[in-house]
Amino acid sequence: MKVSYFPGCTLNTTGKGFDNAVRASAAAVGLDLVELPDWNCCGATYPLIIDNMLELAAPAHVLVAAQQEGSILTTACSTCYNVLKRTNKFIQEHEEERDRINTFIEAEYAGEVEVKDILHMLRDDVGFEAIADKVQLPLKDLKVASYYGCMVLRPPNEVAYDDPDHPTSLDDLVAALGATPVDFAHKNECCGAYLAVKDESITREMVYAILRSAQNAGAEAVVTNCPLCQFNLDKQQAEMRKSYAGYQPVPIFYFSQLMGLALGLETEDYGWERHYVDARPLVQKLLEGAS
Amino acid sequence: MTEPQNHNKRVLIVGGGIAGMQAALDIGGSGYEVVLVDRLPSVGGHMHQLSETFPTLDCAQCIMTPRTVDVGRHEKIKLHTYSEIEEIQGEMGDFRVRIRRKPAYVNWDICTACGACTEKCPTSIQVAFDRDLELPKTMRSGRVRHEGTGKAIYTLSPQAVPKKPVIDADHCTYLQSGKCGLCAKVCPVGAIDYEQGPSWSEERVGTIILATGFELYPLEKLGEYGAGRVADVIDALAMERLLSSSGPTSGVMRRPSDGKEPKEVVWIQCAGSRDPELAMPYCSKICCMYSAKQAMLYKHKVHHGQAYIFYIDIRSAGKRYEEFIQRAMEEDDVLYVRGKVSKVFREGEKVVVWGVDTLTGLPLEVAADMVVISPAMVPSEGTQALAGMLGLKVDEFGWWTEQDGNLAPLETVRPGIFVAGAGSGPKDIPEAVAQGSGAAGKVLSLLARWGGHDDQDAGHDELGR
Repeated sequence: MKVSYFPGCTLNTTGKGFDNAVRASAAAVGLDLVELPDWNCCGATYPLIIDNMLELAAPAHVLVAAQQEGSILTTACSTCYNVLKRTNKFIQEHEEERDRINTFIEAEYAGEVEVKDILHMLRDDVGFEAIADKVQLPLKDLKVASYYGCMVLRPPNEVAYDDPDHPTSLDDLVAALGATPVDFAHKNECCGAYLAVKDESITREMVYAILRSAQNAGAEAVVTNCPLCQFNLDKQQAEMRKSYAGYQPVPIFYFSQLMGLALGLETEDYGWERHYVDARPLVQKLLEGAS
Repeated sequence: MTEPQNHNKRVLIVGGGIAGMQAALDIGGSGYEVVLVDRLPSVGGHMHQLSETFPTLDCAQCIMTPRTVDVGRHEKIKLHTYSEIEEIQGEMGDFRVRIRRKPAYVNWDICTACGACTEKCPTSIQVAFDRDLELPKTMRSGRVRHEGTGKAIYTLSPQAVPKKPVIDADHCTYLQSGKCGLCAKVCPVGAIDYEQGPSWSEERVGTIILATGFELYPLEKLGEYGAGRVADVIDALAMERLLSSSGPTSGVMRRPSDGKEPKEVVWIQCAGSRDPELAMPYCSKICCMYSAKQAMLYKHKVHHGQAYIFYIDIRSAGKRYEEFIQRAMEEDDVLYVRGKVSKVFREGEKVVVWGVDTLTGLPLEVAADMVVISPAMVPSEGTQALAGMLGLKVDEFGWWTEQDGNLAPLETVRPGIFVAGAGSGPKDIPEAVAQGSGAAGKVLSLLARWGGHDDQDAGHDELGR
């Protein structure tokens, strides 16, 4: 199945490893991601001021470009997903504003494209069972806590394809990869988002609460689908011991990295060197366990 | 349409809760025949499940038992329990009602209610009447089992009316696998009938009172409060059963997961009520009062315990209601926190509650032993189907639509059909009783216009005193 793919800025730069892993593992399960030609910024945040039409121009432009390519646009960046999905819904539901946006970007677009998160596609279009069938290296005995953040869950009526209070899609995916999902209460709590720019100590406290909850539940690794969550969860741990004595860091994976590993793909370009908490020892252990 | 003097003067009442029973007793007491239908094996409705009532702290079952007994033995009240309405045709003066009785697997006509079957039944089950509370084995073995309850063949309570048992087919070993059959062996009159199927009967009546009542919004739909999957997070009716001396713990305060005495208990108000985004926009009206009552009763049982009530506003409009709330705060040290709870989750032995105290503006975390949720009141299951049968309207939430909310709150748009109790919206016990009597009055004034009693003697018996 061929589908139009929007990488977004993060997956094109700091999250390149995530991007590589997504493309490779999606291809391995029959989802052929075709990069949207000449894509631009998704808009980065969905405007909170309802009449701020200019902020919708960028995502609308992306959607117009996607319309040329097919009926579905997918992305792996949960922030891009949130902005594109909500913009599309706004365009569908607001005729007057739609005309203004169209005039501005010189298009005639009414929300025809379906914006789908890549995890949603893996769940519903590929199917976790089909993925499980292709697993070469089951991640046996690996206890993974799935962390969803907020961007694919809220606001539920606009973006959620999963239960916003008790999401399971990542848990179900890691289970399909042979790992053991561990349930924990903080899987949908805030990672601190951009608060780190202002005051890292706030973010650190929030990240600590999340990771302590995951580790108390028995997690040896955390998996996420959001680049900003991954960054916060990963980076804040580097300094964690200064604030929380005896803290033991855990590696923070992108789901696609675990997918690539379990599918037996070449994982060299998955960006391991960019992790603040080195995931390679655990990866090595998994690879050795399999051989 | 029949001529008024030929109208049928029998009355159908759907629902045997406190409102339906009140209407039945008023009408029956005036000498007219009543057909009372309830889906449970015995009458009493939700009030039967309650521990005590606000604002007087009367034992609910004690003040209600005289009513249930009167209903059970009243010569003018014909009971169809364990039954549901399948079809209603006709119009005022001449309704034909088809009633389906579920298989009880017990021949009630010969059953003497000796209790041997429930006593000997080897299968203990979780009971819907007890809100499916599952208690740890250690507690189950040590506790007093209330006569007739909690087995695969059961009565709802020791005071059940009628006090005839039914078999829970889903859990009965014999009905599931053909083995056991113990109840049939011990029954001295041979009343157990595993082959019993449903049966149907038809009743003719001239007027109808719909007293269909309410249910609670399911915990499963309250994702932020654990979606019913967090141990020791229970709904308010389950708390009533825990507090009730006829409940699964005989009224001893124990939490379900491990049978320990909960030292800190949090009550969460407006769970699914006053929540237009996710659930119901309306106020369920009774929760402020019963949670104060429950917290008070909890404190009477666990003196050193701490009770927290998270609330948006305290709505205590009713005679002696505000004084009751003050008493909970001042005499029983119930800690009221003005703010909503955002999340409830399990952490080890504790149930963690995240909320906010809007009076200090600070977020609050309570590591509680048990959480009691006050879910929205919603119409009882089947209300919609009944509305369809009768061509009556329900509102967007499924409550009966009255003919006029202000001036005709007991009438429906159809002549001869009335509503009473919580089926038309949240009500407390005094209101439900008043409406039951009110609807009975409406019916009786019709019957008077239709020429009074067919059986004058019976009428004189009751009225001539």
